[in-house]
Amino acid sequence: MAEKDFTLEKITGDLTHHIRLNKGFLAWMGFLTISLLVCLYAYSLQLKNGLGVAGIRDYVSWGMYLSNFVFFVASSLIGMLISAFLGLIGMKWITPLTRIAETIAVAFAAVAGLVIVSDMGRPERLANVFIYARFQSPILWDVTVITTYFVLSLLLLFLPMIADLAIIQRKVTTLPAWLRTVYKVLSLNYRDTPEQNRIIHRSIRILLILIIPAALSIHTVTSWLFAVTSRAGWDSTIFGPYFVSGAFVAGTAAVILAMFFFRKNYKLSDYLTDLHFNNMGKVLATVSLVYLYFNLNEFLVPGYKLKRADAVHLHELLAGKDALLFWFVQIGGLLLPILFMLFRRFRKPVPITIIAVAVLIAAWFKRYLIVIPTQEHPFLPIQHIPENFLHYTPTLTETLISIAPFLLVLIIITLILKFFPVIPLQETAKEKGVEPFIFD
Amino acid sequence: MEENDPIRPQQESEKSPSSRRDFLKNLGLAGVCVAAGGAALYSGHIFEAKKEGSGEQRVLLTQDGKLVKVDSLEIKAHEKTGTEQYQYLGREGIAGRRWVMVVDLSHCRNARRCITACQEAHHLRPEQYHINTLQMQDTPNTAPYHMPKNCQHCDNPPCVSVCPVDATYKRQDGIVLIDNERCIGCRFCIAACPYSARIFNWIEPKDAAQDEGLDYNVELNVPQKLGTVSKCLFSADRLREEKLPYCVSACPNGVYYFGDENEDAVTNGTTKETVRLSKLLRDNGGYQLMPELGTKPRVYYLPPKNRLFPFENQPDETPTKA
Repeated sequence: MAEKDFTLEKITGDLTHHIRLNKGFLAWMGFLTISLLVCLYAYSLQLKNGLGVAGIRDYVSWGMYLSNFVFFVASSLIGMLISAFLGLIGMKWITPLTRIAETIAVAFAAVAGLVIVSDMGRPERLANVFIYARFQSPILWDVTVITTYFVLSLLLLFLPMIADLAIIQRKVTTLPAWLRTVYKVLSLNYRDTPEQNRIIHRSIRILLILIIPAALSIHTVTSWLFAVTSRAGWDSTIFGPYFVSGAFVAGTAAVILAMFFFRKNYKLSDYLTDLHFNNMGKVLATVSLVYLYFNLNEFLVPGYKLKRADAVHLHELLAGKDALLFWFVQIGGLLLPILFMLFRRFRKPVPITIIAVAVLIAAWFKRYLIVIPTQEHPFLPIQHIPENFLHYTPTLTETLISIAPFLLVLIIITLILKFFPVIPLQETAKEKGVEPFIFD
Repeated sequence: MEENDPIRPQQESEKSPSSRRDFLKNLGLAGVCVAAGGAALYSGHIFEAKKEGSGEQRVLLTQDGKLVKVDSLEIKAHEKTGTEQYQYLGREGIAGRRWVMVVDLSHCRNARRCITACQEAHHLRPEQYHINTLQMQDTPNTAPYHMPKNCQHCDNPPCVSVCPVDATYKRQDGIVLIDNERCIGCRFCIAACPYSARIFNWIEPKDAAQDEGLDYNVELNVPQKLGTVSKCLFSADRLREEKLPYCVSACPNGVYYFGDENEDAVTNGTTKETVRLSKLLRDNGGYQLMPELGTKPRVYYLPPKNRLFPFENQPDETPTKA
């Protein structure tokens, strides 16, 4: 039985009318491209003059580039949480969110690889990582798992889209011929045969299972870049799950933000309903609670013992130089959002989006606080060095280079969700009881 | 049909010039064969003659420790030059040695000569330290002292474990080196080192222009390279010439002992006196920096006791901008 008001024509129209080159899109892409060029100019300065154009020095030698990298890897984990975890346990309401989540996963995972190149003193020697690969180094593990996760996510984005592309190519005749040719090629001659559906369904299911360990690995290994050292603040046995749970917080917030944007701009309020925002609010509250639990462990246990190096580190965070940022992140990005999200009225689209923005900003600064302060107080005193070696202050060039990956992510997400349906078409049609019988 | 024509004579008459041609052809072919065979035999003979060589066989030891017989004519000197030679020696290390350093804190009065000698040898900027003297005070009630601190050349080096490209490595003689021809500049080693012993070439190295075209010596880490890590090398280039490290020789106060753990002997860089390593450590309460981290350092410290001079907090001479 078809749900009231939903016909195949309406669904196809609603979900594909955004596929056109409108002024808003061109202006937005123009803005992103020009900004990216400015940032690339900043990077060219770094290529020419060395990493010294950034504020990092011998003691704080990993700065914003690396905290950015952690943030990007974190955000990409959401693809696994939505599609694989919630999907496999049988949540039906996630259908309209899966493509948004997978697109975010693909974009952030792809760009994470580039972010880490911007942190290299010798980017032209990148091939050395493969030529002289040493299996003891967590960097090699990271390269391996991030590549794997990216490929799996790309497949998880593409496979469920095959049927949609075939439908659009046949049904939406108003699209330009070249675009329909692209869809035809990408739809791989899909004709809705039982055999094709069986292959696609099985492949997706295998991918959904495979992506769970891959996703857990990327952020666990990324946390090990820090946890394998003996420095106070990094020398922690719970860094893996601490990072993974934090990643779910950042990623869920990113998806809520994207949902709000596409619902408003692509007029998808019939598909991305208040129910979806309400449910995503519950998901965000749940993962935030888990993250809060890990935060409690991460700070309370060393804080109880106050070993010398830990004491210095914790003092700087809780009451010292970084205290303002620390409490903003903990209260504004974790405690208050959890409190608000307990109430249904804060899980409506507008308030939950505002909460998501706060959570996302706090998530970025959280990575900054994980990466930088630890390096400012190593085991041995820092002496006889210039003032700028003592405290890390990001430079303008460094900031521009750090903005570039965000622009790239926005460009990738914009392009993918401009030229492909944001909401899975075939699945939505089936769920609404409209069988897309358009294949001969 | 032409071929079924029974008329024979016509065929006969054509046969005789044809066979003459064949004969000449065969003769030519045979001639070529003889010439080729002769040439082959001759070259075979030459080859055999060469194989016998001078008849003089030499017994040589290969790199992997096997004895092989080689004709003296076949022996060619394997010529490695410049960077290749440096890399070869630099990766191998000096066989049979286990270098070790002892720093006597009771003698250090922060002359900082070790630092300047080191920075000069390795073409470093004033704020770039392979070795630095730190003003230490372990607890509020214990006396302050000066502590020279360089790379500890750990036997379980965290920096080497984390390096993704084997740019930093541990040699058989105990030295940890960094190959800046291979380093990708990820700085994981800097993050992993608990002794803050590593530095990075954030900007163009000090002597970049003057060092251009110089063969890179991995045992000296000169020329320094932009975007790569640098660190103390225990003066591996000096050890190869059987000399004491730059810092050890430069110290005016007898702080440093350097030597070979296998010989159980260390030599003081100022007095040139050689003493038993085990006795020196035993009699003076030798210890290591943060041994609880399991890094197994190759640098030992003698405690800052019975100092014959007051602790002075010298003004910082480091430039303020870099």
